[in-house]
Amino acid sequence: MKDILALTGNEAVAQAMRQINPDVLAAYPITPQTEIVMAFSQFVADGLVDTETIPVESEHSAMSACVGASASGARAMTATCSQGLAYMWEIVYIASAMRLPIVMPVVNRALSAPINIHCDHSDSMGARDSGWIQIYCENGQEAYESTILAVRIAEAERILLPVMVCFDGFITSHAVERIELLEDKVVKDWVGDRKAKYSLLDVDNPLTYGPLDLQDYYFEHKRQEAEAMRNAYQAIPGIIDKFERVVGKRYDYLEEYKMEGAELVVLCLSSTCGTARTAVDRLREKGIKAGMVKLRFFRPFPAREVVGALSKAKAVAILDRSDTFSNRGGPVFNEIRSAFYDNENKPLIVNYIYGLGGRDINVEDIEKVYTDLQGFHKQKKVETLVNYLGVRE
Amino acid sequence: MKEKGWKEIPIAGLIVEAGNAREYKTGDWRTFKPVRDVEKCTDCLTCWIYCPDSSILVSGEKMVGFDYNHCKGCSICAQVCPVKCIEMVKE
Repeated sequence: MKDILALTGNEAVAQAMRQINPDVLAAYPITPQTEIVMAFSQFVADGLVDTETIPVESEHSAMSACVGASASGARAMTATCSQGLAYMWEIVYIASAMRLPIVMPVVNRALSAPINIHCDHSDSMGARDSGWIQIYCENGQEAYESTILAVRIAEAERILLPVMVCFDGFITSHAVERIELLEDKVVKDWVGDRKAKYSLLDVDNPLTYGPLDLQDYYFEHKRQEAEAMRNAYQAIPGIIDKFERVVGKRYDYLEEYKMEGAELVVLCLSSTCGTARTAVDRLREKGIKAGMVKLRFFRPFPAREVVGALSKAKAVAILDRSDTFSNRGGPVFNEIRSAFYDNENKPLIVNYIYGLGGRDINVEDIEKVYTDLQGFHKQKKVETLVNYLGVRE
Repeated sequence: MKEKGWKEIPIAGLIVEAGNAREYKTGDWRTFKPVRDVEKCTDCLTCWIYCPDSSILVSGEKMVGFDYNHCKGCSICAQVCPVKCIEMVKE
């Protein structure tokens, strides 16, 4: 019998963690993630979990403790945002290079400076080269389910990479939604026990984690890491199939909305997708062939699926909630544009950077994007490749 | 030793063979090598305590020699020896 509760995104993720019952949780608070660990701490106090909970002195220590625990065969989790993710930076890269299946909710919050506690994707997008798998969740229900899904993805023997489960700060983390929880036993069966092949506590097979490499072997180890992400791309669909039987929903690499015959398409991530759907509905009512693609997994980057979803469109707007400051647009835009290079059907692809520092994006803003797309499609060209949606000029 | 390809080595930079540092010979890094005057040596084992490379060989609580395959010639043993029986000789 599924429980249906009114929970914030953070509380929903804390429930997922309760049901996963990790061996170790090492965390440090930061807005807007704090409630995840706060709620989880209450579960610890109430004896609902067996987790060894370590309140560490910083996020750098949090990820370090998770690395140590995970290298010892434990199932380790932490949670962070923004400056916290930035603080654990060096260890984040170490966790993936050491092939440790840590699952970490990241409540997307803008990076300083200036200090901003509100939502944008600069934190996790900044970590896109770290070797972590990245899942972007639209709402609390997805955040809850993705956290549970992530454990099996991370620990799959062909993968063995840590996973960031990203969802929007305040928008998703603090908003109360109707959340349907899976039964405790279902989650427990889904995650199973971690069977770590290489554990520091396996005294019969002593080993060393984290040695030095010189010029002669570093490249080979990194080649292996690249192969792991390739394997992840191949293996994740099979895990999604199995998860569909558990949760009744497909967590595909991307999700299409009213894409049948869609000529003008917006691709976005996370909570903005909910807003975009309303814009699509309004436009479709007016007879405009609008569609929306929600990208769930940014790492591994599902180039084939993205091209497949977008290639029949005439004009596509990629919405980025972060900037690369490369002088050439946002991260999602650049990777998608690159994916299209070899494709015969190339729609017009334009970038809208939006929502930085929690700047709101509403249905009218997205409708404006579709109006722009109509113009580009008619003129058969794009005026400005990189646009800033919602900034005051 | 032929260098291995990326498919032939353990993942994650793991060293799965315990204690295999023994096989990696660092003795040729030396410039000076320690030589002991056996007559003067009192087997106090101070050199063994201080050697950072575990290169003082001990057997039956007596100092029996240097592991020249791993000694890097740092001269700490010569400096801490209370009877100054160790001399650093250029190789």
